[in-house]
Amino acid sequence: MDLSAIDPTLLLASLIVASTPILLAALGELVVERAGVLNLGVEGMMITGAICGFAIAVNTGSPVIGFVAAAFGGAILSLLFALLTQFALANQVASGLALTLFGLGLSALLGQGYQGIKPPPTRSLDIPVLSDIPVLGPILFSHDLMVYLALALVAAVWAMLKYTRAGLILRAVGENHDAAHALGYKVVRVRLLAILFGGACAGLGGAYLSLVRVPQWTEGMTAGSGWIALALVVFASWKAGRVLLGAWLFGGISVLQLNLQPTGIPIPVEYLSMSPYLITILVLVIMSGDKSRAPGSLGRTFHASQ
Amino acid sequence: MDAKMDESGGTAHTDTLSSTAPFAKPDICPNPHHPDRPDAAYPTPPIAVPARLALTGTGTAKPGGQRRVTEPLLSIDGLTKAYPGVVANEDVSFDIHAGEVHALLGENGAGKSTLVKMIYGLVKPDSGTMHLHGSPFAPSEPSDARRHGVAMVFQHFSLFDALTVAENVALGMETPPPMRTLAARIREVSETYGLPLDPGRTVGDLSAGERQRVEIIRCLLQDPRLLIMDEPTSVLTPQEVAILFKTLQKLTSEGVAILYISHKLEEIRTLCNRATVLRRGRNVGTCDPAQTTAHAMAEMMVGSAFETPARRDTKTGAPRLTLDALSVRAPSAFGTALRDVSLTLHAGEILGIGGVAGNGQDELLAALSGELPVTPDALRLDDKPIGRLPPQARRDLGLFAAPEERLGHAAAPEMSLTENSLLTGATKQNLSNRGFLNWPRAQSFAEKVIAAFDVRTPGPNTAARALSGGNLQKFVIGREMAHDPEALIVNQPTWGVDAAAAAFIRQALMDLAAKGAAILVISQDLDELMQISDRFAALNAGRLSDIHPTADLTTEQVGLMMGGAHDMEVAHV
Repeated sequence: MDLSAIDPTLLLASLIVASTPILLAALGELVVERAGVLNLGVEGMMITGAICGFAIAVNTGSPVIGFVAAAFGGAILSLLFALLTQFALANQVASGLALTLFGLGLSALLGQGYQGIKPPPTRSLDIPVLSDIPVLGPILFSHDLMVYLALALVAAVWAMLKYTRAGLILRAVGENHDAAHALGYKVVRVRLLAILFGGACAGLGGAYLSLVRVPQWTEGMTAGSGWIALALVVFASWKAGRVLLGAWLFGGISVLQLNLQPTGIPIPVEYLSMSPYLITILVLVIMSGDKSRAPGSLGRTFHASQ
Repeated sequence: MDAKMDESGGTAHTDTLSSTAPFAKPDICPNPHHPDRPDAAYPTPPIAVPARLALTGTGTAKPGGQRRVTEPLLSIDGLTKAYPGVVANEDVSFDIHAGEVHALLGENGAGKSTLVKMIYGLVKPDSGTMHLHGSPFAPSEPSDARRHGVAMVFQHFSLFDALTVAENVALGMETPPPMRTLAARIREVSETYGLPLDPGRTVGDLSAGERQRVEIIRCLLQDPRLLIMDEPTSVLTPQEVAILFKTLQKLTSEGVAILYISHKLEEIRTLCNRATVLRRGRNVGTCDPAQTTAHAMAEMMVGSAFETPARRDTKTGAPRLTLDALSVRAPSAFGTALRDVSLTLHAGEILGIGGVAGNGQDELLAALSGELPVTPDALRLDDKPIGRLPPQARRDLGLFAAPEERLGHAAAPEMSLTENSLLTGATKQNLSNRGFLNWPRAQSFAEKVIAAFDVRTPGPNTAARALSGGNLQKFVIGREMAHDPEALIVNQPTWGVDAAAAAFIRQALMDLAAKGAAILVISQDLDELMQISDRFAALNAGRLSDIHPTADLTTEQVGLMMGGAHDMEVAHV
């Protein structure tokens, strides 16, 4: 066993990269669930975003356009979910599961011919001066734009929910849609926008996998990240800050166990592989022991009946 | 009791709720224009203003009673709204004046809610017009109505449990100030109107009365000219009702008009200046509630005369159900512990248990129905200890119970009436055989209940939640009565039920007692208990007062019993 092969600086830097996809997806789902909608299609939207971003980035040669396309792809797929659940009043759980299956199939179809190609590299920012600081520089200031965008999004979502009127209305709609309707708020419109935002975020998360983290396209490459993002939202008690913490925890342990595997540590590989899931859920379950609870109207179909 | 009632309500009243005398024809007609046709529809806007002034000028000290009326604040002209299959409102016209409390009366499904939703902009009328301050008023959405000074307090509170008081208030405002300013305003307004509220508290932790304050404060912060209140007192304790009435009187003295929807006719008689009665979507008349008996108003609502439950001679038989120092620990953090409750329920009698909500009523019902097990000997049915028996075993022995909350406790909302009958009646009525359900029998049993209790529903396969409150209550109580119980426990049998259905249920309870059943009625409606019960006791903080024959009690005595004064003789001094 040789633990000296693990460089803590590198480990922390890759932790931030590893956590970005599920952070983005979970953040989008957080907003969706705070609006009272349970979209189980995160996995499908992520992988659709992954292939949309990958294909467009390869064809245009610009990862930025790729990310924009990924957000669009995810949002368009989520629009399908929104039409089903908000207008056709379909069951949200069933629609979400169908969305995941549909997204997996669609991405496999779109991805024909993109296997084994390298995408255009997404450059890291390398902020002058800051990224030259020893230890802190590589950990915090040498990432690509998406990492900072994701972090900024955490702050923005938190502030939006806590301090703005739009956030208050969104929470009200999620908490009690009948009351929100009675007060004259447009429940379906608020939810539609939230679902689109969730889809776009999941799409970005997926594209981060295919364009930066891996970076290449393989079928089913999200490998359950969407489900982890979903679980993260619940165990983070629908709080943006805790989602960030959970994502880092998950990303960190994923990276750590990968680094531990070649060191010959006397723990079977299977246990190491399951450890990120196990530890993340355990920690968040303990943290969600406070009195916070799910939005009151979560998963319930809204119909403006008299 | 009777003397007190008459004193408070005028002299000539013989009303449904407090009378112990046989029903007498009301001497004041509800519809002055058609004295012999109380149900005639009004062709034109109702009652002329001078008539109203003449009627209210008889010394009633009411909010806005002395106010000079010039032009109406809101005049409604020929509003019609139809939904597929049902006309909710048809050609409804009336006026609301500044500074008055205007009652909107009607049975469940008479179209009251649809009408106020049109005024509040939630529903668009098919035809008809409204004028506010003389100019046309057609709110396209609630925010539009709020901008015009119309505010509404909803029957089922439109509050968000997970949000704070201030956030809830902000959601009901058009342009809320920053949170800190708003919190200060909430404190200020709530103190002014005697409704203290902490803006930082989470609404989910508040009591029903406090929650209603949040709604009222939310309305008041927008300086409304017209305040619509949909059944505001149905969840309040008598003390909270008193506070609410004071607030409303203060508001009317400031010139605010209040449109007040309620089932409680006595309440309308004390509070309201005028009452408009809706029946099947039509305006069937406007009256002065102070000059009209509750019974007459109830008949206007129903459209036909109905019998006030007739008092019967009690032939009390052998003891059936005995409670011996029954004690129950509080089942939840918000529950009340029962302490040493002892009573004997005889065959053929109705024992009424009064008291302010939250003094152990729900726990008493749960202990008797079998939801909360107690020590075996604390509860005996026909001298058999049943304290440990679960609900089904108690039903098999003939002890049935109907809890207060009809939707969710007494009946499963999404299940059909047939399925709901199966839930409590499966063994007693042989509706199942070796674990398999006998659907035809279950359905015919449900049909029997529906027919016997005049439950208005398309059929036994209708979901419980689709029934109106009164009809579901009739079904839930009827379902238990259909088993010919030895003993029956009911909690709040007529809560939120219209007058006709309430009278029906009370009569059915008395008929059942006459057949020899022992009945325990827990209720917060004192008038109801005075009317139907043979003996009366009150619950206070989980303790039961002494039990007295109802006929011997005065209002003061009842009040003392409810307040926890156990020794009546001392209380007299």
